Amino acid sequence: MRKANVKTGILAMVIIALTATSCKDKKKEQESEEGHHTEQMEKGGQMDGTMEDHSQMDHDNMSHGEMTMMSSDIVTDYLTLKNALVSDDQDGAAKAGEKLEGSLKSFDSSKFADDQQGELNDIIEDATEHAQHIAKSDIGHQREHFDVLSKDIIDLLAITGSDRTLYQAYCPMYNKNKGAQWLSASKEIKNPYYGSKMMTCGEVQKEIN
Amino acid sequence: MKALKIIGIVLLVGLVIIQFFPTNRNQSDMVPTTDFMLVNNVPTEVEEMVKTSCYDCHSNNTDYPWYNKVQPIAWFLQGHIEDGKSELNFNEWGDYSERRKKSKLRSIVSQVEEGEMPLFSYTLIHGDAKLSDAEKKTLIGFITKLKDSL
Repeated sequence: MRKANVKTGILAMVIIALTATSCKDKKKEQESEEGHHTEQMEKGGQMDGTMEDHSQMDHDNMSHGEMTMMSSDIVTDYLTLKNALVSDDQDGAAKAGEKLEGSLKSFDSSKFADDQQGELNDIIEDATEHAQHIAKSDIGHQREHFDVLSKDIIDLLAITGSDRTLYQAYCPMYNKNKGAQWLSASKEIKNPYYGSKMMTCGEVQKEIN
Repeated sequence: MKALKIIGIVLLVGLVIIQFFPTNRNQSDMVPTTDFMLVNNVPTEVEEMVKTSCYDCHSNNTDYPWYNKVQPIAWFLQGHIEDGKSELNFNEWGDYSERRKKSKLRSIVSQVEEGEMPLFSYTLIHGDAKLSDAEKKTLIGFITKLKDSL
C-alpha cells in the first residue's frame, strides 16, 4: 500500500515535471540557457500558464464555501464511522474507516494558503493512518484510534471550516479519565466510545459551523 | 500411497526451489540523526529495553536469527519487518510531525499495556525481548512523560 503510494507520488511528480518542462520548452524555444531555467518557468506561469493561473486564483480567492466543500466527504465518512461506533458495530466502523481513508487521500491541500498546507498535510497523514487501523481492528482499538482521529478532524475543520453544523462533544471518562472528544451532527449525546454501555455519557462543548 | 509419495516429492522440490528466492535484508550500520535515541533524552534502561524488544522490526537494522535465510521463514520475517517499519520506524523518529509522534507514543503505550507488542511469535524465540511487568511500567512511564512534553 505504502509502496504503491510512493510510486504514484513519484509518477505524479515526474509527470508534472515533464509537463512543466515541455510547456516551457515550447514557449522559450530560442533561449536555451540553463541558468535562466527557473526564472523562465515563473514568468511563463504568470504570463499565460493556465494551470498556474488557476491554482493562483484558488490560493487567494477560495471562498469559505469552497473550503468547506473540500472537507465535506471527510466529515460525511467520519460521521458514518462515529454512528457505527455508537451502535457497537465493528464491521460498519471498519467499512466506514476504509471509506474515510479514501476521502482523506483525495483531500487536496494544494488549494490552501502556503502556511496552512504543512499543518493540513500533517493532519491528513495522521488521520489516514488512524482510518487504516480502524478498517482492520477490533472495536476496542477502533475506539482508541477514533479518539486521536477526532482530534485530527477537529483541527482540520478549524482550518477548512465545516459545510454543516456540527457539535463537538466530550466524554470525560474515556482513556482512563483523560477524556476524549468527538463530533456529531446532533446535539443529543450518543457516546461512540462506550456505545450501549454508557450511551449518554458526555456533554456538548461547542458548536462548529 | 503413490499419490502421497508424489505430493511429498513435489513439496520437497518446492521447498528446495524457494530457497533460491532471496529476501531483502533489513540491515544498516548507519544510525541516522533522526533516531529516537538521538532525538530524545532516553534513560539507558529504557534505551536498552526498546532496542532489544522493538528495534528488530521497528528500525532499519535487524539482528537476524540464524535461521533467517531459510525459506519460507525469511519471507515471514521480511513481512513482519516491513509491516513493523511502516507502522513505526524509530530510526526516522525525528522526521515525524509532532502530531504523528503523539499518535505513535499513544499507540506504543496501548500496545505494550495490552501485551500486543512485542509480538508473541517474536518473544517465543527472543526470550530477552519479553517485557516484565516492571519493565512495562518503566517503559510506559517514560513514553507517557515524553508524550506529555510534546
